[in-house]
Order: sequence, then C-alpha cells, then structure tokens
Amino acid sequence: MAERLETGPMRTGSMKTGDVWGDRAFRAVALAAGLLVLVALALIAGVTTAKAMPAFRHEGVGFVTTNDWDPNKDQFGALAFIYGTLVASAIALVFAVPLSFGIALFTTEIAKGRLRSLVTSVIDLLATIPSVVYGLWAFLVLTGPIKGVYQAIADTLGQVPGFAALFGGPVSGAAFMTAGLILAVMITPIITSLSREAMLTVAQDDKNAALAMGATRWEMLRVAVFPRVRSGLTGAVMLGLGRAMGETIAVAFVIGSNAQITSKLFQPGDSMASVIAHNFGEATGLARSALIGLGVVLFAITIAVNMAARLVTRRSARALGAR
Amino acid sequence: MTITTPRAGSPVGPEPGSWILEPHMSRRRRVVNSLATAWMVGAVLFALVPLVVIVGYVVVRGAGVIDLGFLTGDIPIVTQFAGGGIAPAIVGTLVITATAACMAIPLGILAAVYLNEYGGQKPLARLIRFMADVMTGVPSIVMGLFVATIWVSGGLRLGYSGFAGSLALAALMLPIVIRSTEEMLRLVPDDIRQASDALGARRWRTVMSVTLPAALPGIVSGAMLAVARAAGETAPLLFTIGITRKANWNPFEGTNTALSQEIWNNAQQPFVAAQDRAWGAALTLIVLVFACTIVARAVAARFSMARR
Repeated sequence: MAERLETGPMRTGSMKTGDVWGDRAFRAVALAAGLLVLVALALIAGVTTAKAMPAFRHEGVGFVTTNDWDPNKDQFGALAFIYGTLVASAIALVFAVPLSFGIALFTTEIAKGRLRSLVTSVIDLLATIPSVVYGLWAFLVLTGPIKGVYQAIADTLGQVPGFAALFGGPVSGAAFMTAGLILAVMITPIITSLSREAMLTVAQDDKNAALAMGATRWEMLRVAVFPRVRSGLTGAVMLGLGRAMGETIAVAFVIGSNAQITSKLFQPGDSMASVIAHNFGEATGLARSALIGLGVVLFAITIAVNMAARLVTRRSARALGAR
Repeated sequence: MTITTPRAGSPVGPEPGSWILEPHMSRRRRVVNSLATAWMVGAVLFALVPLVVIVGYVVVRGAGVIDLGFLTGDIPIVTQFAGGGIAPAIVGTLVITATAACMAIPLGILAAVYLNEYGGQKPLARLIRFMADVMTGVPSIVMGLFVATIWVSGGLRLGYSGFAGSLALAALMLPIVIRSTEEMLRLVPDDIRQASDALGARRWRTVMSVTLPAALPGIVSGAMLAVARAAGETAPLLFTIGITRKANWNPFEGTNTALSQEIWNNAQQPFVAAQDRAWGAALTLIVLVFACTIVARAVAARFSMARR
C-alpha cells in the first residue's frame, strides 16, 4: 500500500507546485501527530520519574523491597502495595480466564448468527460500565453480604491444613478477594474479545478436518484450535493482567486500604493505584514524590506486561499471515 | 479418575487421532465433551449475573433519587442531608470530555492517516503503531499523575482546571482513536485510492476527499467508543480538575467537577443522602456512557449495511 504510485509520469509534470507543498505539509502534520504518541510516552515516563527522584533517592532500593510506609516518619517502603496489586490481579485472572475463554468459545463454536452477536455485544456492555460504578456497587452492596460468605469459607475450608494460609480468618468484607472479584468482572470483556479474535483466525477447514475424523467438538478444539491460538490467548491474558494492575477506582473502593502483606485473601490490603488515589490529593513534599514514585513503578510494570503481550500476539499474528 | 485411566501401555490423554483406535473411550469422550459445552454455556450465563445485578442496582437506586431538581441543582455544601443536585458534575463531565475529544480525535485521525497512508510498514510507523498499542495499557491514574505534576502544580503551575482533566483524558483517548481509525482506513479498498490517483489527485487530496469519507462512519464509531470510555474515567480527574459546587462551563478557568468524581466522593461518606447522590450520579453517568455507545453502534451498523 505504501509503495503505490510514488513515481509515475503523470504525477509530477502536470502538478501545481502548491499542491506538492500541500502534500508535503499534510504528510508532515500527520507524521507529527503520529510522533505525538512517542513524545507523550517519553514525557510521561520522564516527568514522573524526575518528580519521583527525591523519594527514590531517599529510600533507594528499599522503596520496592521494604514494607514500612509512613509519611510522617518519611518512610516509604512500598512492598505491601506492590504485593496487593499483584495478589488482586492474580485473583482476577484466576476467575476471569476460565470465564473469558468459555465465553469466547461459546461465541465462536456454539452460538451462530443472532445469538452470537447478542452475546458479544452484551459482554462488550460490561466493558462500558465505568470503573467508578463497579466500585460504588461493590463498596455499598457487595462488601456486606460477601463477608458472610468469606466467614463460611473460613469456617470450613479455612480449617483444612494447607488452605488455612489462604482462606483462614479473620475475614473482612473489603479484602484482596473482593478487589480481585470485581477486577475479574472488569477484565473479562477484554480477555474475551482478544481471545475470540485469536480463535477466529483458525481456518474452518482445519476444524472440519478434525470433525471429519470423528472428533467431538472438544477434541476438535484440542487438536485444531488450541495449538494455533496458544500465543494469542497468552497475549489476551497478559493484556487483561495489565488492565487489572492499572485499575484504580474500583479497587480503591473495596481492597480495604490496609498496608499489610499476608497470604490470607479475605484480609484487607492495598494496591499501588489505590494508595495514589486515596492520598495524592493531600500529600506534599516527599510524600507526594513517593506517591508519584508508586505511579512510576506501576507504569513500569504495566508497560512491561503490555509490551510482552503485544510482542506475543504480534508474533502469533505474523505466523498466521496477518499484518 | 480410576475409571478413565486407559489400559497400561496406551497413551495417557488423547493423542491426536488416538480416539479412532480406542472405541472403549467413547463414553468418557462424550462426558468430557458435554462438560466442555457446559463450561462454555455456563461462562456466558455467569458473566450475565454481574451485568444484570450491577445495572439493576444502579437503575433502581438511581431512579429513586433522580428528579428535575437533582439534574439541575447545584451541589450542596452539607452532604449529610438530601437536597441539591449534580448539575455542575454533568456540566463538568460534558465540558471536560468534549474538550478532550476535540484534542484527541483530530490528532488520532491524523496519526492513523500517517500510519496507514504514508507509513505502511516503515520502521518508524511500526514503532508508532506498537507504542500506540502499549499506550492503551498505561493506567489512567498515571495519566492523571503526569498531568498533575507537569500542568497543575509542578512545572507550569497552572492550577486545577477542566482543561487539565481534558489533557489527561485526551492522552487516554489518543491511542484508542489511532488504532480504531487505522483499522477502518485499512478496510477502505485500494481501488478507490487508485481511482483518485489516476485522476491526478495528490495523496493528501485522495486522503481528504476519498479515503477519509469512505471510512468516516467507522472512524466516528471508534471515536464515540473512546469518548464513552473517557467520560466514565475517574482516576485521571482526581488530581487535575479540583472541585466545585457551581456549574463551570469554562474548561480553561477555575476548578471543575465531574459525575465520576462526585460518585467517588459521595459514596465514601457515611450519610445515606450522600450515598443516594452517588447512586443518582451513577445512573446519570451510565445513561451518558451507554448513549455514546449506542450512537457508536448505530453508526457502525449503518456502515456495515452500506457496505453490503
């Protein structure tokens, strides 16, 4: 597409010079708009890192390896927040991945015509609900009743050796688990639509070949579909992970705002984004710098996850002959 | 587990093609297949639960709060008691989102034109495409922090304003608009570009009068979805727009507020009246966002009808 008609006898001879300049100017403006993406990303990384330097210098590596966040004593060890972000996102994946793959398979293999587009748009609708609305509902409605559920699980499963570390009491309505559950609902649409896209790249002929051999639908999926879409699904999950880690408001509502590192999922914790949302408004001086530092760490982690995800999906797309 | 263990010597698990030689596994195969089907159907039903429950709650709780006074009143000083409204937040959401759209949509379309019409597979275009993808994954709160540090307090020290929030939202929308527009430009058949070229049009004339008009419905649809996403955002606004109780139509001067921010602030207060206000604001916001989405869908549907 880019190579088309760049030269050609008609193009230069009959042209007014104004038009040539018009073309060059237009191209330059379009290019500038494209470069804006690179500039914006560089600025975001540069400015936030510069503003976070005082806190980074003050704490050193301790910023991400110690757990003693106390702005009054100028202590900024953010490990508990990093831990909370990772745990809540991991819980979200545990629930969202089987759910999303199931929905994606339903829309590609079972549903046809109207039902297919209906299910797809209903799932997409989940993605349009604002994060603050998820948070509002979870905070005012979910945290109460779910505490009873947690208590019941802690009383039963929590007594079993081995499970006590994860599900033991005491329990709280606002907890890692609550944040993870809400995140699971929020990232299901994106994982679903990306894995669906990957599944749609598998040729119908390949599926038919498996079915013609007498394979059941599940066996056909195992031999003809899953091997082809493995990297596509990996990318989809990683993008969902990136979304979950960066999600702020819904998590800030329900994670419980308690800077602790515990394996117990029914306990309150805190995440990087949540701490920033709750505290940045009033923070000054070094504390402000430290919160920006949290933003830098969050930015770095999500960018790394996103880049890896894009590279994985890019490669699979290229292997299948797409652009 | 013991029932399904294959005879000694036969491969564990279905090796491709193995089922044809092993008819005794047919019952297990049927059961596994049914389980898989149940999983797919169950997943869809399961995902419907939060959608129905959350939207249901917001509609029921919100409808009880919303009346004309709620939609047109100023935000009360004392949140403890019922009364007042959220008009300033509606104004703020509209003004801030519109200002962001005015920046992000033209720039995003231009960038997409560069990527698809000029850049193609050049290394620079591929880098920009990759980075735009990556930028869609930058957490929105980081955008808010960025604008807060460079625009509001540090650096330029311009203070809170609707425009500061718009900048953060525009940074969020830009990569979405770029990628959706490029997708639409790619669908425009090369034939009509070549037809325009053959008439002697320069590339920029072809883009302006042939390519972009052909892709317009798709571009509008993608842009509307980006607007819907931005309108619901909270995190980029928390540290950029400040707070106000009176409607402020001017994005460039004075503090502002937004529906999402009012939900966040009111929900965390221990007063029923404040929480009711949050539900009302939530319903208003959802209606706004769904309206954007429906317009986008309608435009896209008409587009695909026209192409058929």
